[in-house]
Amino acid sequence: MIVPKIIVNNKEVEIEEGMTVLQACELAGAEIPRFCYHERLSIVGNCRMCLVEMEKSPKPIASCAMPATDGMKIKTNTPLVEKARKGVMKFLLANHPLDCPVCDQGGECDLQDQSLFYGHDSSRYTENKRQVKEKYMGPLIKTEMTRCIHCTRCVRFASEIAGIPELGAIGRGEDTEITTYLEKSMESELSANVIDLCPVGALTSKPYAFEARSWELKKTETIDVMDAVGSNIRVDTYGWEVKRILPRVNEDINEEWISDKTRYACDGLLKQRLDTPYIRENGKLQKSSWDKALRLLISKLKLFNSNEVAGLVGDLADLEMIYSFKSFFEKCIGSKNFECRQDRIYINPFERMNYIFNSTINGIEDSDFILLVGTNPRLEATILNARIRKAYIKNRLKIYSIGDPGDLTYPYINLASNTSLIRAIAYGTHEISEKIKKSNKPMIIIGESALYGETGKYIFETLKYFLSKNNFIKENWNALNILTQQASRVGAIDLGVHSINETENFSFFNKLDNDEFRFLYLLGADNICFDKKDKFIVYQGSHGDKGAEIADIILPGAAYTEKNGLFVNLEGKLQTAYKASYPPGDAREDWVIFNDLANMMKKPLDYNNIQSLQESIKKNIQLKINNQINKNNIINFVNDNISIKSIDYYYTNSIARSSKVMNECRQISKKFLFTGIEKAS
Amino acid sequence: MSIKKISKTQPETFEFSKDNLLEAEREIKKYPKNRKASAVIALLFLVQKQNDNWIPLAAIEYVARLLSIPYIQVYEVATFYSMLNLSPVGKYFVQVCTTTPCMMRGAKKIADLCKKHISKDQNKLSENKLCSWTEVECLGACVNAPVMQINQDYYEDLDENKTKEIIQTLQKDKLPTPGSVKNRKNTAPSEGKTTLLEVKNA
Amino acid sequence: MLKDEDRIFKNLYNDLGWNIDSAENRGDWLKTKDIILKGKDWIIKEIKDSELRGRGGAGFPTGLKLSFAPKEVSARPHYLVINADESEPGTCKDRDILRFEPQKLIEGCLITSYAISAHACYIYIRGEFFREGQRLQEAIDQAYKKNFLGKDACNTGWNLDIHIHYGAGAYICGEETALLESLEGKKGLPRLKPPFPAIIGLYGCPTIVNNVETISVVPTILKRGAKWFKSLGKPKNTGTKIFCISGDVNNPCNVEEEMGVSLKYLIEKHAGGVVGGWNNLQAVIPGGSSMPLLPKSICETITMDFDSLIKVKSGLGTAGVVVINKDQDIIRCIARIAKFYKHESCGQCTPCREGSGWMWRMLERMADGEATYKEIDLLYDVTKQIEGHTICAFGEGSAWPVQGLLLHFRDEIRKRSHAEPLIKKRSNIPYLIDQHLLENDSA
Ligand SMILES: Cc1cc2nc3c(=O)[nH]c(=O)nc-3n(C[C@H](O)[C@H](O)[C@H](O)COP(=O)(O)O)c2cc1C
Ligand code: SF4
Ligand code: FES
Repeated sequence: MIVPKIIVNNKEVEIEEGMTVLQACELAGAEIPRFCYHERLSIVGNCRMCLVEMEKSPKPIASCAMPATDGMKIKTNTPLVEKARKGVMKFLLANHPLDCPVCDQGGECDLQDQSLFYGHDSSRYTENKRQVKEKYMGPLIKTEMTRCIHCTRCVRFASEIAGIPELGAIGRGEDTEITTYLEKSMESELSANVIDLCPVGALTSKPYAFEARSWELKKTETIDVMDAVGSNIRVDTYGWEVKRILPRVNEDINEEWISDKTRYACDGLLKQRLDTPYIRENGKLQKSSWDKALRLLISKLKLFNSNEVAGLVGDLADLEMIYSFKSFFEKCIGSKNFECRQDRIYINPFERMNYIFNSTINGIEDSDFILLVGTNPRLEATILNARIRKAYIKNRLKIYSIGDPGDLTYPYINLASNTSLIRAIAYGTHEISEKIKKSNKPMIIIGESALYGETGKYIFETLKYFLSKNNFIKENWNALNILTQQASRVGAIDLGVHSINETENFSFFNKLDNDEFRFLYLLGADNICFDKKDKFIVYQGSHGDKGAEIADIILPGAAYTEKNGLFVNLEGKLQTAYKASYPPGDAREDWVIFNDLANMMKKPLDYNNIQSLQESIKKNIQLKINNQINKNNIINFVNDNISIKSIDYYYTNSIARSSKVMNECRQISKKFLFTGIEKAS
Repeated sequence: MSIKKISKTQPETFEFSKDNLLEAEREIKKYPKNRKASAVIALLFLVQKQNDNWIPLAAIEYVARLLSIPYIQVYEVATFYSMLNLSPVGKYFVQVCTTTPCMMRGAKKIADLCKKHISKDQNKLSENKLCSWTEVECLGACVNAPVMQINQDYYEDLDENKTKEIIQTLQKDKLPTPGSVKNRKNTAPSEGKTTLLEVKNA
Repeated sequence: MLKDEDRIFKNLYNDLGWNIDSAENRGDWLKTKDIILKGKDWIIKEIKDSELRGRGGAGFPTGLKLSFAPKEVSARPHYLVINADESEPGTCKDRDILRFEPQKLIEGCLITSYAISAHACYIYIRGEFFREGQRLQEAIDQAYKKNFLGKDACNTGWNLDIHIHYGAGAYICGEETALLESLEGKKGLPRLKPPFPAIIGLYGCPTIVNNVETISVVPTILKRGAKWFKSLGKPKNTGTKIFCISGDVNNPCNVEEEMGVSLKYLIEKHAGGVVGGWNNLQAVIPGGSSMPLLPKSICETITMDFDSLIKVKSGLGTAGVVVINKDQDIIRCIARIAKFYKHESCGQCTPCREGSGWMWRMLERMADGEATYKEIDLLYDVTKQIEGHTICAFGEGSAWPVQGLLLHFRDEIRKRSHAEPLIKKRSNIPYLIDQHLLENDSA
């Protein structure tokens, strides 16, 4: 086969099928300026900045929109091209305010950068400049529409990637304006990505407005914990304060998007913080010293039998924290009463594929059939949901749901919601069964709402059995997927922080409800429901939230941006978060607290520095990965309904609950309109 | 220029009358099944027909739901096309073409008459609330310049006297006879045809 | 002069009646079946041989265009779309066809649809032509009644449905891809090409877009033969054409003439001459507002066909002839055209969106005598930066008339301009465009 080639500035480059001239030019090392083009959005070719010369074409062509074909001869550095680009810059600057010094995009603006190359030093435009009124787009996006250059990236993002066509360009000609319908707040959970996409300072961050200039900030590349996706982020700090959070490209996970919660819950890191230990005296929480608090804790521990002591791991914990907690329980207390499932769902922890998202996020794009079972991916894993939408756009794949999730960002067909449907699928008596069998790479995505109690056990084990019987659990494609919502969950199960044995899945909760535990250690666990009665409660964590409220001892820990830590995302990928800031006041990194406790109890843990701690963790996870048993369980039918638990999206964890911005989003989201999403036919 | 300013007074709801709903369904049927959106302009015209020649916001949302398209798409369309009005206009909506071919033959005088006899500003109702007027771009009847359109009809070969008469008739709530005010035969030369002198139906 | 018997549109002025019976008396729908039975290839070849060029403005060879439609119909149906958006200032020919010769268009639609394997045809009429659309709909209904349309149309075995689709006031929807967007229920934003509509057009399906006049002459060509059509006009500029003569003439009119007729003859013979006599002529826009104007010197001898006009840096366009005499302020005439383009730009492309208003504002100042010499060059520069740098030909359409003015009337502008800028700021040009800021004012 002949490899197609094109010639860019006399240099030959090989091209791939479907490449545009712009991409080919970049391959050849010729930079092409652009405003409207973005590799993840559809091509509109309207800014006309990327014009290049093509042999035999009398006019320059828009390289972003022209498919590259074999034998093309392109020139990107001729006077004609230079002149065209200068012309476009002149037009853009004609009506663009020259207010860079006060613009929040200053230093990060494509227009500012390009104008250094192509702009004229003084504006030749002698008319009055256009004034456009600001548009309200919600609590996250600040607009300065006079600066808009009409590239329509934001409009395309909303309808293509976010799947909620809520932005538009109204009017026409020079009166064109970008807005939402009647300036309603944007409804998408991905809305703030338009800020990154906007090449100028027309859409900027409202919460971050005038907070700082980009060059004054320290930038740390790390991992998000707002859900189990593990989006890659960059945390910008000024001193102790986290000023803003931006996405980092990771093609396997979040591409270049993050959810609004990931981006904007960060003001919650500054509020409601636990910065000193507390102990409850006469029913009232009082400030205390570390020494006093830890001594009290140890003395209380001694009052109970080890089987009366239990611990719960919360949703945002890193592996260091989880592992040292577990070691502390096993070694210093002699208890194995620990759990990570605050939501009390069924999990089969005996092999790793049972609790991870096996098809992987990238795999979604290859899939040709998706069955959602008891999940609303839009709210449970916003970024993963965006991938499903991408796959839908790319392959028009069919999506079905058991349980009604409401508006997703792609059309799906709602099947019934009774477990008898699961049985029918397993028996092959439902048409979906056939459809799955006929697919190449089907996916079944099981969410939390389908996993409660014995019903959950039936659903999970039956679907797994069905997939494995039909050969969809294989080396190169595993159709079984659990959609986890908590950043800490997969890692905690990897490390065995659960009280599950072959016969009993919920023993921990049964004991908790039966009041068998007298001493409860909450490790950042704020989402658990139980009756406190006369239990003695220790809360260790970063925020004064639900857990701290009921605690007798509070130990202040570090938030996710304040320590180095390992996380396993829902696909089972191990990622490292890096320390961007430091814990406030007397708060400490959590593993250090357990080390101190163990030392005080004269039962030191097996490691004494972070390196050896991390090595043990990695070893444990590897063990789990290697342990493949391929066991299927046949469970008796449980007749039940699968109803999808409603999620208070902007309020799912203690950081988000402390965030003013999230609170605002939450208030507004209650007033959302019909969104205009495609419905399945 | 048409009115792209959203009216401050808006009806709470909008729904097609029975007849218009049938008409809307006929329009939708012109297009393939999953291409209902194609009917958006036709439906917005129907809204204008039912609602005194302007489109309230409730109707934008109504049409969007009827066609299963996002509100913003209908809103974009409503603001893009100049014949779609987002604020009330007169029962007699006078549109004066002022593009070069009409301008050269006296369109400004016609516009001035509208200013004088209808309202000082464009898109403002006349005193008796019956008429409003606006300047528009080329109406596509240039050999009959100057031209104006009143609602659906063209008035051609205008001069000042005839225009004044037309406006006066409108103010009396009557629509004058459309066409050339000079009684000229369509687009034939006014002083007699130079071609097609002999043709009869074969 | 063209003989009346060689005129295609015998009812141009509605002397004979528009309804289907009188149309049939004039020869419409005669032998339609025989023509169709000769087959697609024959039809397309005959049109190619006739050298018919599109009447919508660009003059693209029609036979060649029809041949771009895929030969085999795949899962995607084919469409014929008729461009009846007629909005080019100076042009009003399609209007007469729609109201007085609708059967010619309908018959042309059937034959062309058959030739490109389309079972559905949409006629996109500008919204202002409401009455013309009503008339056309009546004519279509009449044709259905006679079974010329619908199932087994004309007993040819071919099925064809014709639907009318109204625009709503947007010149840009005359551009064929903007028209398709508009037909799909969106704003009329021209699409990037490639892909061309013949492959990916309406609803992503193969689509041929042609002007009303183009399609209306097809039946006559096929009935009288390509040879006859070619015998009229000049090589590569064959046949007849409806000219619209407007502006400063004594008898403005539409008239069908031979291609390549001389401009002076058109004006003198049919339009009753220039107001104030030939010597009072200042300039002529020969092909609708997008075409650069011609000064009197060129008007003396120029003939009206595609190729001759290109040679004098103008074009036949839509054959909308706008005659400007010496009583007019030529700068203001072009400034008004620039305002039209500013008003009608769809606003996608940076150069067109920002440039069209810029040109207009400069021209207004030039007409008012408030511009500087430097600005004359700047204006030229702006036109050059728009031309060729945009998605659709609107960019050229807005730049060319200004270039024409600069080419032939630069001295006139210079006479009114100054070396130093007038400090006076123009305040009567509304430029604070945001509607909300104009709340108290009529936008
Ligand atoms: C800005 C613009 C406006 C146009 N307006 C019209 C129009 O009103 N009517 C028309 O037939 N063609 C118009 N055209 C030309 C069409 O794009 C297209 O070339 C034509 O419909 C093809 O038909 P033809 O080959 O029969 O000429 C316009 C083109 C441009 C760039
Ligand atoms: S050239 Fe003008 S009218 Fe054409 S697509 Fe670009 S902005 Fe729209
Ligand atoms: S990047 Fe190609 S036109 Fe904008």
